[in-house]
Amino acid sequence: MTSLTRDPSRSSYYVTDEFYSDLIAAFTDWQGDDRAVSDLGERDLFRRLIEREARLLDQVNYEAWLQLYLPECIYWAPSTPNAGDPRREIAVMFDDRRRLEDRIFRLRTGYAWSQAPQSRTVRLVTNVETFAGKSAQERMVRANFQINEFWDGEMRLLAGWSGYRYVLSGGEWLIAAKQINLIECDRSLRNPSIIL
Amino acid sequence: MTGLRSTKPVTGASLGYDWSELVQEDRVHRLIYADPQIFAAEMSNIFGGIWVYIAHESEIPNANDFVTRRLGQRPMIVLRDSAGKLRALFNRCTHRGTTLTRAEKGNAKSFSCPYHGWNFLNTGQLRGVPWADGYACDFRDSTYNVAQAPRVESYRGFIFVTLNEKMPPLRDWLGGITKPIDEWLDRNPGGKVKVCEANRFKFKGNWKLAYDNSSDGYHVIYSHRSLIETEARFQDGPKGMSYYKNSPDSLDMYVKYTGNGHHFKDKRPNLEKRPGGLWAIESVHPGMEHVEEKFRRLYGARADSLLDLAGSEPVNINIFPNLSLLGNHIQVFEPVSVNETNAVWYGTMIEDETGELGEAVQDINALRMRTQEQFPNFGEVDDLANFEQIQRGLDCLEDEWVYMHRGLGIAGRIKHHPDGSITGPATDEVFMREYIAQWRRLMECDPDLTVTREIAP
Ligand code: FES
Ligand SMILES: [Fe+2]
Repeated sequence: MTSLTRDPSRSSYYVTDEFYSDLIAAFTDWQGDDRAVSDLGERDLFRRLIEREARLLDQVNYEAWLQLYLPECIYWAPSTPNAGDPRREIAVMFDDRRRLEDRIFRLRTGYAWSQAPQSRTVRLVTNVETFAGKSAQERMVRANFQINEFWDGEMRLLAGWSGYRYVLSGGEWLIAAKQINLIECDRSLRNPSIIL
Repeated sequence: MTGLRSTKPVTGASLGYDWSELVQEDRVHRLIYADPQIFAAEMSNIFGGIWVYIAHESEIPNANDFVTRRLGQRPMIVLRDSAGKLRALFNRCTHRGTTLTRAEKGNAKSFSCPYHGWNFLNTGQLRGVPWADGYACDFRDSTYNVAQAPRVESYRGFIFVTLNEKMPPLRDWLGGITKPIDEWLDRNPGGKVKVCEANRFKFKGNWKLAYDNSSDGYHVIYSHRSLIETEARFQDGPKGMSYYKNSPDSLDMYVKYTGNGHHFKDKRPNLEKRPGGLWAIESVHPGMEHVEEKFRRLYGARADSLLDLAGSEPVNINIFPNLSLLGNHIQVFEPVSVNETNAVWYGTMIEDETGELGEAVQDINALRMRTQEQFPNFGEVDDLANFEQIQRGLDCLEDEWVYMHRGLGIAGRIKHHPDGSITGPATDEVFMREYIAQWRRLMECDPDLTVTREIAP
């Protein structure tokens, strides 16, 4: 496995054409009753993970937040409501591991003027539904979100739903990909500088 | 004079300002960014009175394709009709004013008004109204055809419109700025790009704050400090923005004013002049090492020039008042109100019609998406936050002046060329002074804006 010799925090060898195809396939037609996981215990498990993620982001604890992700992960906010092919469509955000770490590094420099002052956020995550993934080691999870953001004296609301691709890795469920679907993704956003 | 108020739209000439007081050689008055009346006049004198970029041909490639845009604040439908002709229709029903479509884009031979059902061909021609026998008028009269811009012209895919019949042909108006536009296009196979969605922003500030910034080399090292530090975190050699670190004015890059408000920041002279010279300063992006390794394996020496196609061209080509080609982006400024603006960063990809790139085009375009997402995410957000803070600072009513005098009065710093263009060092504000002088000349006018309507065949 080349991935072990090539640290995804330093270089990006894993974002290949096959990787994109697999990602798109995972996020196509996955939210159907036929694939719904009825086990409420499992739903609770993922709800706990997603609520914890929301708390870590509200606490601006990015380092702990990153631990929720697989080393070779994708953080993706499409710019169209039906999330086209990111190989042919600019996204609001499409970060691999290194770019996510860039994002955090930048916010920590003290010179990210878009986050001076830093936003205060309170996130609500709800409507958690679990769906079968490609294998027993994979789950697809949907959760709606509302981010209440207070920045520079003003309140605003960001709303949408996230799709998560969770993978069982070393006995832990980690996020392989998070697709953040802002309901206003194809409209002009004001200061989209926080992590969603 | 009747003494009654005019029903004509406000123009600069009608405002009664002494424009030479508002725009001086070294500074401008806060009102040019803050006065709602000046903004209202700009919607005629600038966004309507001159050629204004409105859409790209690749967004409406087929007959009957349309996109909805704004010309200033006027809702518009930009389309290619069944005969292939480009048109810019007011998105406004001639009955009572309802917009004819609310879609962002689509394909339609005709538009039916959702209110009472008047139906119009996409040429603007009224096709029919429900219960026409209830009207005494003759609907073949062109009065009821949709209003449209009298002039629509495209320069190599960039569609511009004006409501001013007196404007020179688009090509002449663009003048010297066509050279960098040509170079920007011709680096791509077929000399073309295709628009592929956008990073869309809005900020609470006047649109000129963004245009002032568009060739500004002075702000980079400070406004983008977080990005520059991020790009340097692996200490793996200089990246795109690092030019500005030490003494940018001593480098070969320059800023050039080419007339009619257009200007150009050219950082290409800093590059190593070889295939791969652009790629060498490219920041880090998702998938880049994979693609580079694959290309070197498959294409050998040709890999460098292929990788350059995914890299960001180090230019800022600014076409007054609202278009900026930078990196691989087509950025458009949309004035919303005196203190609100949209800045839309349309991405571009390569369409390899002749197949000269073979399968490589897939990887180039995928990588090109990722290179284009970086700056809007990690750079533009900080500029926009700073523009908002300028707008806030402008609320200090008694501190009236905004300066743009960097480089002014230093002997030998600014060069005037035989073709009329003016150049200065990369951090110079000469482009700002020149474009705002042009803005002032335009605002002093009382332009005669018109629309046309199709004549019944
Ligand atoms: S307003 Fe359009 S048909 Fe009446
Ligand atoms: Fe900038």
